[in-house]
This record gives sequence, structure tokens and C-alpha cells, in this order.
Amino acid sequence: MTFSHSKSTVGVTQSMASRVLRLLIVCQLLYSTIAFGSVLDIDKEEEEFSEELLLKPLPDRKVLAHFHFQSTAPPSTSFGRHHHLFPKPISQLVKKFRVKEMELSFTQGRWRYEQWGGFDPISSNNAKPPGVELWAVFDVPRSQVDASWKNLTHALSGLFCASINFLESSTTYSAPEWAFRPDLGNLRYGTLPREAVCTENLTPWLKLLPCRDKAGLSALMDRPSIYRGFYHSQRLHLTLTGSSSEEVDSGIVLEQTLTVVLQPSSWRTGKSYVDKAHSQPSWSISSIFGRKVGGKCVLAKSSNVYLQFEKGLVGELKNLQKENANPETNKLASKVFLSNLSFDLSVNPDKVFEEVDNFHSKSTSILYEFSVEKYNDSHPLDLGLTWKIPVFWSCQQAPLHASRFLMGSGNERGAIAIYLRSTELSEGLKKSDIVDQSCELRVNVFQVVPWYIKVYYHTLQVFVNQQSRAVADIIEKIHVSPSKDKTSPGVMELILKLPCGLESAAINLEFDKGFLHIDEYPPDANQGFDIPAAVISYPDFHVSMHFSEDGSLDKSPMFSKFEEKSLVLSYTEILLVPLTTPDFSMPYNVITITCTVFALYFGSLLNVLQKRVGEEERFLKSNAGRKTGKLSQLLSKFSTKLRGKPREPQPSTAVSSSFVSFKLILKILLVAGIAICWQYYFG
Amino acid sequence: MEAKKEEKCSTRSSFWVWVTASVIFRLILVYFHKNLNLSSRPEVSTPLTSIRRLAEGYWLKQSSMSPYAGSMYHGSPLLLSLLGPLTVQRIQGQPNHLLCSLLFVLADVVSAVLIRATGQKLQTAYSQSLKLLELDNLLRSSETLSSGDVASLVYLWNPFTIVACVGLSTSPIENLAIILSLYGACTRLPSLAAFGWVVATHLSLYPAVLIVPLIFLLGYGLDAPPRKLFVQRRHGKGGDNPSSGSSCQQEELLNQSKPPLTFSWKPVMHFLFWASVWSVYVLALCSLSVKQKGGLWEMFESTYGFILTVEDLSPNMGVLWYFFAEVFDFFRNFFLIVFHMNILFMILPLAIRLNHRPCFLAFVYIMISSMLKSYPSVGDLALCLGLFGLFIFELADMQFSFFLFCGYVGVSLLSPVMHNLWIWRGTGNANFYYATAMAFACFQIVLVVQSTSAMLNHDRKLRKLSVTKP
Repeated sequence: MTFSHSKSTVGVTQSMASRVLRLLIVCQLLYSTIAFGSVLDIDKEEEEFSEELLLKPLPDRKVLAHFHFQSTAPPSTSFGRHHHLFPKPISQLVKKFRVKEMELSFTQGRWRYEQWGGFDPISSNNAKPPGVELWAVFDVPRSQVDASWKNLTHALSGLFCASINFLESSTTYSAPEWAFRPDLGNLRYGTLPREAVCTENLTPWLKLLPCRDKAGLSALMDRPSIYRGFYHSQRLHLTLTGSSSEEVDSGIVLEQTLTVVLQPSSWRTGKSYVDKAHSQPSWSISSIFGRKVGGKCVLAKSSNVYLQFEKGLVGELKNLQKENANPETNKLASKVFLSNLSFDLSVNPDKVFEEVDNFHSKSTSILYEFSVEKYNDSHPLDLGLTWKIPVFWSCQQAPLHASRFLMGSGNERGAIAIYLRSTELSEGLKKSDIVDQSCELRVNVFQVVPWYIKVYYHTLQVFVNQQSRAVADIIEKIHVSPSKDKTSPGVMELILKLPCGLESAAINLEFDKGFLHIDEYPPDANQGFDIPAAVISYPDFHVSMHFSEDGSLDKSPMFSKFEEKSLVLSYTEILLVPLTTPDFSMPYNVITITCTVFALYFGSLLNVLQKRVGEEERFLKSNAGRKTGKLSQLLSKFSTKLRGKPREPQPSTAVSSSFVSFKLILKILLVAGIAICWQYYFG
Repeated sequence: MEAKKEEKCSTRSSFWVWVTASVIFRLILVYFHKNLNLSSRPEVSTPLTSIRRLAEGYWLKQSSMSPYAGSMYHGSPLLLSLLGPLTVQRIQGQPNHLLCSLLFVLADVVSAVLIRATGQKLQTAYSQSLKLLELDNLLRSSETLSSGDVASLVYLWNPFTIVACVGLSTSPIENLAIILSLYGACTRLPSLAAFGWVVATHLSLYPAVLIVPLIFLLGYGLDAPPRKLFVQRRHGKGGDNPSSGSSCQQEELLNQSKPPLTFSWKPVMHFLFWASVWSVYVLALCSLSVKQKGGLWEMFESTYGFILTVEDLSPNMGVLWYFFAEVFDFFRNFFLIVFHMNILFMILPLAIRLNHRPCFLAFVYIMISSMLKSYPSVGDLALCLGLFGLFIFELADMQFSFFLFCGYVGVSLLSPVMHNLWIWRGTGNANFYYATAMAFACFQIVLVVQSTSAMLNHDRKLRKLSVTKP
């Protein structure tokens, strides 16, 4: 196991004990072959799987449920290895396309940064733009990255039953340099904003889990209740670990998360509040998912349910407690903080953790851990939260709230505006954090625009506090790769350097709408086209969540993920741009009419040029008559001799007609000659 | 004589009054530019001539990228270095693109002056050749008005020219180059003609076909009635009474300013030499300005390639955009070839039939290419109508002129309406605008055909008169 090297002997013995326990269960349930395999590998590092569920009440009467499944495959020397737990398709994918890091997300709904928070690891890692987002870093030479990307999209498309293969076209993906993720070289990024996400994408995703949705926490995923939610994002993130040497295959960490925001249906508590409409609803696992946790997935190393009360809520609860209760209980509550005046938990937590706060703010978030191992089908876990008094709080927010919108009317041109508004909660943080540095707030903007939105980058305007500012003052760094028609999208990467006391900032870009070929429109052309979400990140701000160094929580992959410093990142809205359409029903009409006009031009002009009038005509005729008279006479003589009839004088009209026929014969001969030559030389 | 001179002086002064009036009119419009919003009209700014795209290209160049990165800018790199800085420089309290507008106004005025000079040359040549043919009575009508003045005023006061100038499309500069080459050829300055031709070809490719009329202009001289007439007349004179004093005078006059009946190769060779010199020069300048980025090949690809492959399907006055938006992909290359061939096919027949009138030939070529080019704009039409003014006496008998006038007015009023209905209001569809484009193309065709036939008829009339005259 990866962590056992660095842990104390106590930890090792603990883990050994748990492993033996787990082995016994495995032996009971599975065939002995697998058990033997794991017995043989017992001294090596082995594949692991863990499942976790984080529940979190949100300020706007909703509940966030964050499932986190992690499978790891350690580095190994064997080629074509056999996997016990780790999904084989993923390891094949990694091997075949030499993926270094990859993230794929399917999302429905929009993450509301103002209500659900924008300054915690979940919002910066798991809040994704609607539709499909895929980015991947490859471990191949630069020239082969595009080919690898194309193959990868096709493989993923088959694996997840989605139209990810549309990302193959070079008009849909881009190669961001620094604004999307720092320090990466062979990165490709693509989104499909209009991809509909549903159960057919979830089922293959669940198939990668060792227990599928038959046991453990994933059994909670009742499709109707999951898709009824306000936000639904299933994500798959894989990274390579371990050695990068040639012989040893590097290990893979596959992280599968499902983040849903659900509205708990009104759960009877027996208590009625004065202000029912705005109070927090009470809920339980069975009320939001319609199912209960019937034990862990036996293959999982750890299986836990967590309930998190975030900073704002805890602060509010403490305030309420101070108001209501006497100081003695208050002191007690600092550690226990259970079943106090404001809320009730239906199940007693196994452990309680408190966040270790670096910023010395007045309250820290609290985490309750419920281990699923104790529960089974006959005695399922049904965690419930009952509020006794109405509580109001707000989430911690990113330094700025970003939104994006279109300006202008009509189908000829418009403008994209990104509007950044300062958030109240970040004011204090900004003051405490940046006062010692020079007072600047840096914002990265990464925006991909499809080629039919022809952006004029020279029209970039920056407004700070509603006043126009010189672009050079605000923009620290800019990288633009303009769109090429039918080849590549336009990519804009910016670093804005904003004064930190600002109220609002806006950047504005004008564009022309393109006109497409009739075949390039989708079937529902009049619905409009989507501009993928822009990514706004704050390079000076990182989030991480440290809970008390109790040791036992360090095992949790989810919280070790939360402890990693991650960039504060948010996505803007997807924009829907209506484009003008040609008349789809008339290609034939257009072709015929246009060709008629061309024929009119060609014919009439040629006619004018070769037309002869009046006396010219007569002059020519007389000339022709004089010249060809003898020839025709000869011809007629010849013909009469052949026929053996007496020669009769021909009328003048006959002369011209025979002349015409002679000309005709000549022409035919000429054409025949050309044809023969053609045949001879080219046939 | 004195009265005539005074009259001339007065016409000259009135000409300059009109020129200044047109400049003032333009400046007024430049100041109301924002309200008119002309620069975004599809009739005014095509992907090739739009100043916004030029500004984008300049911005890309300034941020150390190739101006042709992306598919925004498709013009010449020289134009970029000439106009680019002007798009950025702003004078406090003045309209944004004032400097550019002033440059375009200047270009318009210079073109008008050059048209006038060309017209005067043409007129003197015309009257001389009529005198030679002893058809002086025809001249009487043309004495009162100078065709050069008419043409330059038509050019200056044409609403299309004004719109193209105020709407900040780069076509005034392209037009200037074309007119410069014609002027150079008319005044028999091969270097100037070659310069104009090379620059015009560099800017918009289609003027390349003008090499034929330019060579005729330099080889045969200015427009004249068919050479056969002179030959006949001379022979006739020689046969009738060789010893009479009047005929001696005639002979002298003939010798002095006879239109060259034979093709003179010397100026043509000069022209070709200068053309190669100038093109090498222009290409060298271009390669200097695009050296760091994509090189000359990228420039050709995104200027000439863009023109020839009709990549941009945004609506314009031409007939090709909707066709290529609708045509099936596997026919696309075929039709591209067919449509471009339509311009080239007509070069030879026209050159054979109109070789004695090279200026008119140039007008017809410009007209045809402005009609069939991939991204036509009102600027091209302005040039055509301006040159049309040069031949008002020859084309006096043209048919359907009133019909054509009404047609142009009607189409130019309807086209913005249909565009508005389709793009802005969404109540019409693409066919509305396409119909106006078709109608416009038809009027252009009628104008070309009728003017050609009128010119041929005029030659016939001259021949008839000279033949029937003893």
C-alpha cells in the first residue's frame, strides 16, 4: 500500500488487521481464485478501491451529495497485467494512448457559485460546465498529440456511450497554453456544451466500479432521484503515479466522482416553524435518494459517509448557541457539538473532525464521519438531519463572481462580455491576505470560441468600476490564437491584473457572426450555437481543506484530495448564439437561378460581339455567294453526272442551301478528324 | 475664340467648385460616421475591404503574430503597413477613424482628377480621329461638355463612391491603383501604367486581366474608330486627287497625329519590363513585411486563395455567396472553376472585337470582374460607373439607359431593406436578399451588354458615315 511506508508501525498493523478481515469476507463471497491471487500479492503493493460519500447542507435548502470512488493500480513491471479491482478498459486506454492525466466530466445543470460556494475544493474541482468536458495530457511527442487525442475521443466515446467523438474535429478542441491549467505541455481541451447527459452515460461509468451499483455507496444512486436534482456532474479523473522509467508501467489513480445537488422532499419532522418557507428542510439519506446504505462494497478498502457543516453554518450555529445556551454547555459543545439545540442527527457519528484553519477566522467547518462497515442490509445506515430552529448562512465565495453574456441584437454581429463582480465574503479574505503584498488581484481568463463566431480581438475593452481603462494597464499577459475558418477555434488566454478594491470589472469583445454552408448546420439550426463556458481562475488563491491531524482521516482518498492545494476556478455560463440560416429547401433553385444568370451574361455578351447587322450581312452574303458559287456549281455538276440526269439550273436559294450543307459536311469532317486524332494520341 | 476660352475657364472653375463641394460633403458624412454605421454594411465592406478586419490584422501583427493567423485579414501586407497605424491613432474629440477617412477622401479626389485627365486625353484623341475621318459635324455636340469632367464628377458624386469612401472600405485605394494604370497608359508612361497595374493586381487580383487593354493602349494608342476606316480613307484620298493643296495639308495632319495603324512594340516592351520590375519590388516589400511569420506563401494563400476559393459565405452583392452556401460539396470545385472561367472566357472575344478601343475594353473588363468577382462591393461599381462617364458621347445611343438607372436605384434601395428584414428582424429569409443580388447582377449584365453593343453600333455608324461621305 502506498501510504504504509510512511506510516508508523501502528498504522501498518491496523491496516494488516483490516486487510485480513477484508480477505476473510472476500473469501466468503468470491471464488477462491481471486482470493489466492490476493494472498500471493499480499507482500506487494496492491490495487485498492475506496468509496466515500460527502453530504453537505447548502444554504438554499438543498443538499449536496458528493460520491467519491477511487481505484488505484500501483506501478508494476509485468506487461499485460491482470487487474483485480482496477477497471481494465481504463488501464488499456492509458497504455494505448499514453495519457498522462485526463479528466472527463458529464454535467447537467449549472453550479450556482453564489449559493453553493465557490471557494472550496468541491466547487473548484467538481463544478463543471454543462455538457461534456474533456481534457487530457499526453506523454507523446508534440507532433503526435493531436492523433492521440483523436483516438482517445473515439475510445471514450465508445466507452461512455456519448458523442465524445465529435471532439475529434479540430474545430472543437484547443490547446491552451497556460490559462486553463498551469505547467502542462501536451494538453488538449475540448467541450461539447450541448451533450445531453443521462443514464446511458452513468451506467458505463458505474461499470468501472468493482461493485457497480449493486452494493456499497453506489447502490444509493437511484436514477430518478439523481437526475431529478438541480445539478448533476459525473466526473472521471485519472493520473499516473510512480516511476516513469521504461520497464515499469506507472501506476494509475482513477478518481470517479459524482456530484449532485438535490432538493430534499419535505420530510416530516413533527415540528412546524413560523417561517417554513425559508427554513432549512430536514432530510435523511432515504428521503433524498429513496434508498438506504445497506453495507459497504466488500471490495472497498474503506467505505465512509461524511456530513460536513461548512464554515458559515458552523459560525451561525455557534452564534445561536451563545445566544440561547449558558456558557457551560458552550464549552462542552466545542468538542462534542452533537444533538445540541439547533439540529439532530439520527445516527451518532463515529468521529468528529474540525478543520485546521490557516486564516484564523472565527469558525471552522466540522466533519462527522459515519463508517459504513457497521451496517448491513438488515440494519441499514439512514443518516438523517433534523433542524430544530431555522438557520441562515451563506457559503464562502471566490474572490469575484464571474458571469458572461452576449450583447447586441440581430444576426450580423454582437459582443461577448465577461463581467466580474466582487463578492462580499471575499472582502475580508482579500484584506487579510493581500494587504502585505502589492494590492492586486490576478484573474486568469480562458475562453474558447468556435470559428463561426469571428471575434475581433483588437476590440478588447476593459472596464473597471464601470470606467473604461487602457487595455495595457489591466492586462498583464495575453495569448490569442485566432480562429481559422473551418479549421480551428479561437482561443483567448488572459491574465487580468485588477486593483483589489474594485467593485466590478468587465471585458468586452466584439464579434461577427459567420455564415455556414448548408451542410454545416445541425438539424435544429434555428436553436442557435453554443459558445463553451469560459474558465475563470485566480492564480493567487488556492483552496485546500485540512481536517485535524488525527491520522485516521488521512486514509481517506477524498480528503487527501481536498488537502491538495487546488486553484480556485469557476466556469461561466454557456452562451447561445443564434446564427442566420440560409433557406435549407432550395439548393436546386439557387443553383439553377444562378447558372441562368451566368448563361444570360455569357450568351448575350457573346451574341452582341458576333452579331452583324444590315449592310455587313449583305456584304458578307454577296462575298460568300461570289466565292462559293463556283464550288457549288462544280458540286452540282458532279452530282448530276453521278445521277445521270440532265443538269438543271439551280435557283439562287438552292445555292445557299447546298453551301450550308457543304459547310456542315466540312464541320462534321473536322470534328471526326479531331476525334480520330484524339483516339490515336490519347486512346 | 475669347468667348470660348472664357467658357472653358468657367467650366473649369465650376468643376473645381463641385470637387470641393464633394469633399466637404464627404467630410460632413465622416463626422456623422457613427450614426450612419456604413462600415458594417455588407454592400460596403466585404471580407477583403473591411477596415475592421484590417485593424484586426494590424493588431495581430502588433502582437507579434502573422496578420493572416486566423481568417480575419485577407488584404495585402503593404496596405496593412500603410493603413494599420491609422486605424489605431486617434485624435482627441474626433471620430475614431478620421485619419483613414481623410486618406480615402484624398484617394477619391486623386482618382477623380486622374479620370478627368484621362477623359481629356480620350476626348482630344476622339476629336482628332473624327477630324481625320472628316466627320467634324459629329463633334459639335461634344464641344460643350468635356467627358473627363463628366466622368470625374460622376465618380465623385456617385452615391456608391461616397458610401464606399465614408464606409471605410479599402476599395478607394484599389480603384486609385486601377485608374492610375489607365492614366499611365493613356499618357504613354509605361512605368506608371505598370506600377498601377502591379499594385492593383496585388491588392485585388482581378485587375490582372487589365494587362490586355493596357498593352493595346500602349501599342495602338488611345481609343479610335476602327483602323480599317483610316486605311480606307487614306487610300481613297490618295486615289482621288493626290495633288491638291488641301489634301497635302491633310497628309501633313495625318502624318503629324495619325493613330498608329501598326502595333508599336517598344512601349509594350517597356511596360512589360517595368511590370516585372514593380512586381519584384512589391513582392520583395511583401516578403519583408511577412518574413518573420508565415512568408509569401501564406500571404498568397490567404489573399489570392481566399479570393479564388470563396471561403467566406457572408452575404454580399455578388452572386457567389449564396450559391456556395447551398451547393453540394462535391460540386464545389467544379463550379469554382466554371465561375472564374466565365471571366476569363470573355477576354479573348472582347479583345478581338474592341482592340481599337482599349479604354473601353478596360471598362468592360472591370465591369465584368466587378459583377462576377467573389466579394464585390459598391466600390467596384463606383469605379465602373465613373469610367462609364468617359464614354458618354460614344454611348449616347445606348438602349435601356433609363431602365438601368431605375434598376440601380431600385436595387440599391431594396437591398438594405431586404438585408434588414433577413438579418435584423428575422421576418424575411435569405432568399429575399439573394433576389436583390440576382436583380443587381442582371442589371450589371444589361449594362455591359448594352454598352458593348452601343459602342459597336457607334463604330458602325462612323463607318457608314465615312463610307457614304465622298
